[in-house]
Amino acid sequence: MQAVRINEAGLARDEWFERLKLFGLGSPAMLLILIILVVPVGWLFYVSFIGADGTFSLENYERMLKRKSYARIFQTTFEVSFLTTGLCILIGYPLAYFISGLPNRIANLCLITVLLPFWTSLLVRTYAWLVLLQKRGLVNEWAMSLGLWDEPIKIVHNMTGTLIGMVHIMLPFLILPVYGAMRAIDRDLMKAASNLGASPRRAFWTVFFPLTLPGLFAGSLMVFILCLGFFVTPAVLGGGKVIMVSMKIVSNIELFVNWGAASALGVVLLVATVAILWVASRFLNLERMTGGGH
Amino acid sequence: MSNRTIDALPISVRNVTKTYGPVHALNDVSLEVRSGEFLTLLGPSGSGKTTLLMVLAGFTRPDCGSLKFGDREVIRTPPHLRDVGMTFQSYALFPHMTVAGNVAYPLKLRKVPKAEITERVEAALETVQLGGFGDRRIDQLSGGQRQRVAVARAIVFEPRILLMDEPLSALDKKLRDQMQIELRHLHEKLGMTTVYVTHDQREALTMSDRIAVVNHGRIMQLATPRDLYDRPANRFVADFIGESTFFPVSRSGSDILFDGSPLLYDVPPPDTKNLMLMVRPERVILSPEGPREGTNNFTARATDVVYQGDSFLLHAALASGAGQIVLRGAMRGANVMTLPNVGDALTLSLAPEDTVLIDGSDK
Repeated sequence: MQAVRINEAGLARDEWFERLKLFGLGSPAMLLILIILVVPVGWLFYVSFIGADGTFSLENYERMLKRKSYARIFQTTFEVSFLTTGLCILIGYPLAYFISGLPNRIANLCLITVLLPFWTSLLVRTYAWLVLLQKRGLVNEWAMSLGLWDEPIKIVHNMTGTLIGMVHIMLPFLILPVYGAMRAIDRDLMKAASNLGASPRRAFWTVFFPLTLPGLFAGSLMVFILCLGFFVTPAVLGGGKVIMVSMKIVSNIELFVNWGAASALGVVLLVATVAILWVASRFLNLERMTGGGH
Repeated sequence: MSNRTIDALPISVRNVTKTYGPVHALNDVSLEVRSGEFLTLLGPSGSGKTTLLMVLAGFTRPDCGSLKFGDREVIRTPPHLRDVGMTFQSYALFPHMTVAGNVAYPLKLRKVPKAEITERVEAALETVQLGGFGDRRIDQLSGGQRQRVAVARAIVFEPRILLMDEPLSALDKKLRDQMQIELRHLHEKLGMTTVYVTHDQREALTMSDRIAVVNHGRIMQLATPRDLYDRPANRFVADFIGESTFFPVSRSGSDILFDGSPLLYDVPPPDTKNLMLMVRPERVILSPEGPREGTNNFTARATDVVYQGDSFLLHAALASGAGQIVLRGAMRGANVMTLPNVGDALTLSLAPEDTVLIDGSDK
């Protein structure tokens, strides 16, 4: 028997219109991304392959391989990023754990406090650290008056100062996803572990910690990638001793007006970031496959 | 573990009180659970039944009281040293472990040798009819299967006490009915002392050796399902378990008067001022031939007749104006053809053995 098909054309048209509307809503954003991201990045790639004589050349990349100073810059960049990420985990994870155990209202208040630095300009925060950490700054003065150390110690214009500033700025990026993962854990799981014979420490390492790994991973990745391209804080608090890729890019343009060299650095940074993200996404998928994801 | 019966332990709860601010979650509760018994804590939400279970498991610290598993005082023992099995309402299965990983977890903590773990995990899964499911991920399981894994994990280390917190409440009705029977069989097979929390009275009646009805942080009555249903200690229990209507009665010498005439009854009434007649709908019978000899008879007028498939529900107003009486009749025989109509004058009868007089106070 032939099935009766009524209103078929009209329903198909409705379906089509609905898709068109969705596309229409998304198109301004897509256009914007095309103009401010895809086009400039393409241009960046193009410029990086143009030599000093204005023709196609690989000299910008060759220079990076040849000169030792470049290797050191990349090493410093990854070192600062690793250390900042590590310190953020050491400070942020316990804090997130503490906050996740608080009653809702107090926890929200704590989160606002964590987020508070976000609402202050990055530059202001960085210079504030400079004021606090300098030779006759608040930290040195107080520590000496408390007798912790006798001479003012050097905690700024070096790696230490850079790390202090970077960790302070990056901390929220780690805490938020970790906190989110912790809140998503059914507290009955910890009770179950305990009931089955796990001491609080055992329960934490065998149940709670593995379940926060996806959040910890996402947060660490975010911090690490943001660190790779960071400029203001190392520039101000590093005192010229901590040179990261971003600072080399700036000096290439401002000092040497060598757009090709600057672009090549940018491309390498971008490629490194994409590579890290790609590797990480494989790990994240793995996480989901073993049931750790939510 | 498959055919071994675990040595069960009795549980003794003495004078346990837990307050949250001004609220008594548990108010001087004492309870003896016999060795190997299936005891259900039954009560409405907020009654304190879950708090009591959490005290048994060690997750809630009471203000005062004593708790003994066998001869061992455990009130101050942390949960991971109590050695009791427990299932949670949410199942609380570890999502980052496989089914086998979940069931093996308590054994690993107890440093059981690897080969024995594999063997015992499979045996426990076999017991809950999940043999061969060890490699599955938790999110690949249905609700009923998760429930079984939770049970397997709770029994695999052979605890002598098993606590269950509304384990079936997330399942659909058919599966719940099936699991009730299964859990009951499992208990008969393993024989561990089991304390089971539910708010579902039918579940409690189906599964339990004894039921403790809990309300306002107190145990209102502790009795076998049959006693609880047939001889409730007070109006709260009578109301909470099964359907019933209550009518005030008065004493006149040795007689108990309802509507001015003496009632026939079998079991002597409790000694209380606030005596009430409890009428269960399924115990009332329709007497088409008029009043029956040797029973309590009431004349009434049908006000509502509801067809419910397996039975029918008849609401009738007593002719004396004393109130509404409800009757549940089986759908068979003559009833299949004709049910009473609204407005019919009827005679309802209640046999002396079905005439239950209770303490009408609500405490």
